[in-house]
Amino acid sequence: MERRRERIDRGIKVRAGDVFALCSWREMLYLIAPRMIPILGFLLMPLVLGTYWQKVLLSVAVFALLAISWDILAQSGMISLGQALFFGLGAYCSGILNHTFGWHPLLALPAATLLGGLISTACLLPVLRLRGVYFSMVTLIIPLMLVRVVEATKIFGGTEGLSGIAPLPSKWIELYLIVGVLLAALFGFRRMLDSDYGLVLKGIKDNDRSVTNAGINIYWFKTQALFIASCIGALSGAFMTHVYMFVGMPVFALDYSILPIAAAVVGGPGTLVGATLGAVILVPLSEALRGIGGLRIVFYGCFLVMFIVALPEGIFHYVQRKYHQFERWVEVE
Amino acid sequence: MFLGTIIYALLNSAILAVMAIGFSLTFGISGVANFGYGAMYILSAYLSWMLLNLLELPYWLSVCASLMVTMGAGALMYRFVLLRVRGQALSEVIATFGVGLAVLELFNYLGFVGFEYTLPVLIDGGFVIGETMVDAQRILIAAAAAFLVAGLWAFTHHTRLGLAFRGIAQDERTALTLGIDSDWIATISVALGCGLAALAATLIIPLGSISPSEGYEVLIKALAVCIIGGLGSTGGVVAASFIIGFAERFTDAYLSSHWTMIVSLAAILVVLAVKPSGLFGRQKELEERI
Repeated sequence: MERRRERIDRGIKVRAGDVFALCSWREMLYLIAPRMIPILGFLLMPLVLGTYWQKVLLSVAVFALLAISWDILAQSGMISLGQALFFGLGAYCSGILNHTFGWHPLLALPAATLLGGLISTACLLPVLRLRGVYFSMVTLIIPLMLVRVVEATKIFGGTEGLSGIAPLPSKWIELYLIVGVLLAALFGFRRMLDSDYGLVLKGIKDNDRSVTNAGINIYWFKTQALFIASCIGALSGAFMTHVYMFVGMPVFALDYSILPIAAAVVGGPGTLVGATLGAVILVPLSEALRGIGGLRIVFYGCFLVMFIVALPEGIFHYVQRKYHQFERWVEVE
Repeated sequence: MFLGTIIYALLNSAILAVMAIGFSLTFGISGVANFGYGAMYILSAYLSWMLLNLLELPYWLSVCASLMVTMGAGALMYRFVLLRVRGQALSEVIATFGVGLAVLELFNYLGFVGFEYTLPVLIDGGFVIGETMVDAQRILIAAAAAFLVAGLWAFTHHTRLGLAFRGIAQDERTALTLGIDSDWIATISVALGCGLAALAATLIIPLGSISPSEGYEVLIKALAVCIIGGLGSTGGVVAASFIIGFAERFTDAYLSSHWTMIVSLAAILVVLAVKPSGLFGRQKELEERI
């Protein structure tokens, strides 16, 4: 007698993927609980962690923002291999505003976010028409080139960078600022991508020519998506500048390009939450592996390959499916 | 000075062509991304070094053995990693780059860095052209470059296997209907590309020393040559090698060595922005931009 496993949607989930019929508190809890985990987690974590792990939480939030920015771009059909461009430009903008012009960090941060976003968008505007892997290669190359331009021309402190940048007023402002921004970006942009506006962006990814056919100017939409994503990236860069009180050539390092992609791939691309989940898993993991030094990048490489080959949908989609469905064994007739 | 720069620019172009030819065979001609190319280059160099110095095998034996092992590694990488993500361009890039990252960083971690890690030159000595001293190894590389490029052209235009390589890049399904087993052909293509990387390492490493960071540089240079020349074009590889080779040497001689890398990166950017399929690539206008 052969049996097979049958997957059935839970009764609460009707028709479409995101239409629910709620009749009781229990069912409301069923929907609210998964959303409360990241909110409560990020808000309460700073209170219980020690100083060292608070710093780790900071970089979790920063990498999660970079991964969200990557995911927004990916959902509009632009695969970026150079998140370091956004991160680095934001970092340098904030550093220069604070170091050269003496702006207060809380003023330099939003200014650098907009400025960095504008400059990155302007950098990529000429190649906005490129598709697929050609666009990716451009984004891979620009940060590599910017590092060497800074090194060769010795602008903005050259190889030594700018140090002595003012920190944010207090540790708690620092922590709750970045956590607040992360939660706002996570839920805000998730909502945005579910709206009609997001539908256009996803349409551009699926078939850009038919979106053009519908009379929509895809270049304008792509520019907007690029600006949004680069602002998020620039914000995380600008924030990190004030945490380290230093900005220099390492801000264009390959880490800031690879880790966000790894986070989005591991967590599950296409849902911002997956990107955040990936960062929450990968960044502390890499901290814990710090003891083995260079070997952790080897692990990264293996991790990346393993997930792409074995679980290409990512952890989040897998967990979501398990949560919304139940399984049972049935006899095969 | 000027003549010397020209001679070294020519030799530099030959080195670039040898470096890029394997990548061009895999990525350019049969359309399979192998971003672990730099890692394969370094892997074969370390293998030869280990066989030579730790097991003390004769030179030819160790070089041949490392070439074989590298080809095998390429074939395995295709079978176990690439095959499962075939057709998704980005996953191919990330997966192969992940493999390369792991290999290079493993060597970095094991601490194989230093001047003692190098391979012996094939021919010792050198001679003087004009007022410039040129060593025999570089001449050998130039000869090898000419031979390899000619061989690549003949291979991809006049052999069944070479035509099959181009076939799966043009249209995989049509290739299948014509009886070309595209998985098998792609495996061979990746393996041959890795073999050429090993050959390039054997020729080029004696000029310097082996270091994992070299692996990333080789990848970027090979990518630059392929993109500027145009994917799928042998003539493009030659032209792009000359363009980058001359640009590098001349910026080196007249500007400063800081600008060397910037020039080749800027060349890629300009080519990508203006004509994404490269100087000699046939236009596939709708696939590359909208």
